[in-house]
Amino acid sequence: MLTNLLSGDHPRSLILTLLLLAILAALALAPFLFPGVRSLETAARICIFIVLVASYDLLLGYSGIVSFAHTMFFGLGAYGVALASTHMGRGFDALIVGTLAGAVAAAILALLIGLFSLRVRAIFFAMITLAVASAVAVLVSQLSGLTGGEDGLNYSIPRELTPAFKLGKLFGISVTGKILNYYLVFFASLALFLLLLRIVNSPFGRVLKAIRENDFRAEAIGYRVVLYRTLATCLSAAVAALAGSLFAIWLRYVGPATTLSFEIMLDILLMVVIGGMGTMYGAVIGTTIFVLAQNYLQNLMGVAASATEGLPLIPQLLDPDRWLLWLGVLFILSVYFFPTGIVGRLRAED
Amino acid sequence: MTTAAPDHAPKYAQLSLADRLGKAMPLLLVPLLVIFGFLSIGSTSSWLTLTVSGLAMGMMIFIMASGLTLVFGLMDVINFGHGAFISVGAYVGISALLALESWTGVPSLLLNVSAVLAAVIAAMCVTGALGWGFERVIVRPVYGAHLKQILVTVGGLIVIEQLIHVVWGPDEIFLTRPEMLKGAVTFAGAAIEKYRLLAVVFGLVLFVAMRLVLKRTKIGLIVRAGVQNGEMVEALGYRLRLVFIGVFVAGSALAGLGGVMWGLYQEVITAGMGEEMMILVFIVVIIGGLGSVEGAFIGALLVGLLQNYVAFLEPKLALISNIALMTAVLMWRPQGMMPVVKAK
Amino acid sequence: MSDPILELSAVHTDIAQYHILQGVDLTVPRGGVTMLLGRNGVGKTTTLRTIIGHWQAKSGSLHFNGADITTMPTPARARAGIGFVPEDMGIFSDLTVEENMILAAASGPLDPARMQWIFEAFPPLKTFWRSEAGNLSGGQKQMLSIARAMAEERQLYLIDEPTKGLAPAIISTMAGALRDLKAKGASILLVEQNFAVARALGDTAAVMDDGRIVWAGEMAELAGDATLQERLMGLSMEAH
Repeated sequence: MLTNLLSGDHPRSLILTLLLLAILAALALAPFLFPGVRSLETAARICIFIVLVASYDLLLGYSGIVSFAHTMFFGLGAYGVALASTHMGRGFDALIVGTLAGAVAAAILALLIGLFSLRVRAIFFAMITLAVASAVAVLVSQLSGLTGGEDGLNYSIPRELTPAFKLGKLFGISVTGKILNYYLVFFASLALFLLLLRIVNSPFGRVLKAIRENDFRAEAIGYRVVLYRTLATCLSAAVAALAGSLFAIWLRYVGPATTLSFEIMLDILLMVVIGGMGTMYGAVIGTTIFVLAQNYLQNLMGVAASATEGLPLIPQLLDPDRWLLWLGVLFILSVYFFPTGIVGRLRAED
Repeated sequence: MTTAAPDHAPKYAQLSLADRLGKAMPLLLVPLLVIFGFLSIGSTSSWLTLTVSGLAMGMMIFIMASGLTLVFGLMDVINFGHGAFISVGAYVGISALLALESWTGVPSLLLNVSAVLAAVIAAMCVTGALGWGFERVIVRPVYGAHLKQILVTVGGLIVIEQLIHVVWGPDEIFLTRPEMLKGAVTFAGAAIEKYRLLAVVFGLVLFVAMRLVLKRTKIGLIVRAGVQNGEMVEALGYRLRLVFIGVFVAGSALAGLGGVMWGLYQEVITAGMGEEMMILVFIVVIIGGLGSVEGAFIGALLVGLLQNYVAFLEPKLALISNIALMTAVLMWRPQGMMPVVKAK
Repeated sequence: MSDPILELSAVHTDIAQYHILQGVDLTVPRGGVTMLLGRNGVGKTTTLRTIIGHWQAKSGSLHFNGADITTMPTPARARAGIGFVPEDMGIFSDLTVEENMILAAASGPLDPARMQWIFEAFPPLKTFWRSEAGNLSGGQKQMLSIARAMAEERQLYLIDEPTKGLAPAIISTMAGALRDLKAKGASILLVEQNFAVARALGDTAAVMDDGRIVWAGEMAELAGDATLQERLMGLSMEAH
């Protein structure tokens, strides 16, 4: 049963298994273990980003394709829900329509980009996705009539998913629609993650890995490399869009900065590399560490910066706004020295 | 064909008209676009203004892109951190200009030009040195691995951008151009900013100089040959690695120069400007054909002109005009307009 | 012929995960033409590429003129006096014939006397001196690739199948040029599938199979022994 659920892809490391179980338990019981708005926000963010990062891993880790358009697909899903909710009015039908439309649009766009760039050279893909994603981000902030521009869109979701909806108390915690919403996010994320795990362990996933290792050989054996790569791109884009839809349902707000920015793209890259490319579980570890660091490390840096105030340069380097500097350094070092990330390390230990 | 050795008779494969037209086609695109702009804009003076600013923009993008395309051609290295050199160049150059305010604030051509030259030299020295370090520390360990190259150079971009914040603070810096570069000249009823004219002339001179180096000097021959078949260049006895480092440093310095010029053009600089310019630079390099300097030049002019024309005709579409251009070019020639014929 | 110009001992070379050369022992005597023979895919090209340094030998040693070149980078080997004409000719097709030749003279400007000699051997190169090399015909490209090797004095030439796919008249031109080269005192290691050419040019020969040298000796001995040929290369010589 468990093997089936994990598609036969076990963590293969005791520490990793324990870590994953701890994260799963913490996320599953988050509303009760860590009551409070901020911790619930953090937990939901971790769930959604695990899916987003795992879908990116399908591209980067399993197919060896670098894309800079993953936030664009994420944004498509988010804006799908936002636009549907704005125009169709609050309701579950709007959420479903928006989610499906976003995922389909993402898959089609990915197909187009893939057809253009993947048949020439995989390296084109990185550059073209960067260009297309930035154009889309600019376009979204320009078309303010439709998208709300830089301010983004606020919209209503069904009352059952909002704090206004009260169900009563459980373990001393008042169960609201917000908690239902959290569980929607949690279970949807879990299902999507297991789906991705299934994809990478299917025959399709094994062909992708063969292509990543040696595309000439895969082509020679008779696999249509471009077809497989394009398919992987589409799947990854669709799942990213679904994650975006969850994000939109959770936040009740979308805006370019929270869904489309290049900064988020960099975050995703960091999460997947630090966690471990081509492992899926790396997405879980990388995302959890990163989001926790993002939320709490900055406070620590602020303390350190004020503690070193008298010294030259060091306070500037430790400024909370400079935390990306240290992540960048960490990123470079991990690509050089731990290309398999935390998961790879843990597996090597055992 | 009556000689004894018929196989020695000239059998120079005559190119058909279609082949020759195909080869020349990219060269025709720029004038075609200019004519198209003239026809659709209608007003001569607006067209002239837009054309000059489009060319100016194109020249600056070309300066930034030239190094990147050669670096790729020579060693198959794709440097996503190239944009960092643009930002650093802008910050160093503009800091120098701000420090030389006594030279830039007076309407003296000599002092103004000296200040700009000093700024450019400072920027190019710093970005050249930075490029050298970048090649050693960031790029060298990941030769031959595209995926790692992209990741690591993106990491380098993040770190350098953040370091700019550390050194120069988090806010953008506004500047004014030196006195003599302010204002516009009027020509045929069109107001043309002096600085843009200067940028066009400067870009042209640089392109011609670059072509001369590539065509007429031995080092240029080595670079061109290396882009096609690096192994053979080495087998003839040339140390391609040294040539590559030289090109990387020169390309970084040129990106720094482009950064200064772009900063003077926009009159504001931010740490993220390099990242934004990279997108245009990539489009130019892709549509030009990876590794081709001429292709990058034509691509840059097309991007600059099209963006300016479209911004006038349909402002909302200006930002996606480049993507449309890239799509069109790739549909026409999947390898870019002037792909370099690679051995193997 | 006391000290050989090139000596390979127990050279192993891997390409990716494939073990191509499995202990090559090869001696190229000074001042002669050594033929490197064998069926397709036995490692002849890999041997040449290992000698010039495009592939790095995993183990074993290479000595050129008595000096150990095993770990020397390619450009240093070239400057030490090894010329290389690869199977794909390695022409810079976007460059003109002239520019190809200028590059071939790595240590300085082209020597007019040598150019005279090259133009005599390959008249078409003079005709197309300023044309892009990519527009030359196959035979003319092959002439250019040999001419590039002749542009400067080298002590040893590694030449990979110079007659592949060429018309008989051009093959005889090639053979003539190689004979010229040898007459000027150079040593040549030549990979050749055309046995007639091999017999006409070779002084000594080495036959490869499965990444090893399986036979080495005088070319005349191999040429005169059809059963030996049959055994070594599976060739049935139409010439006999």
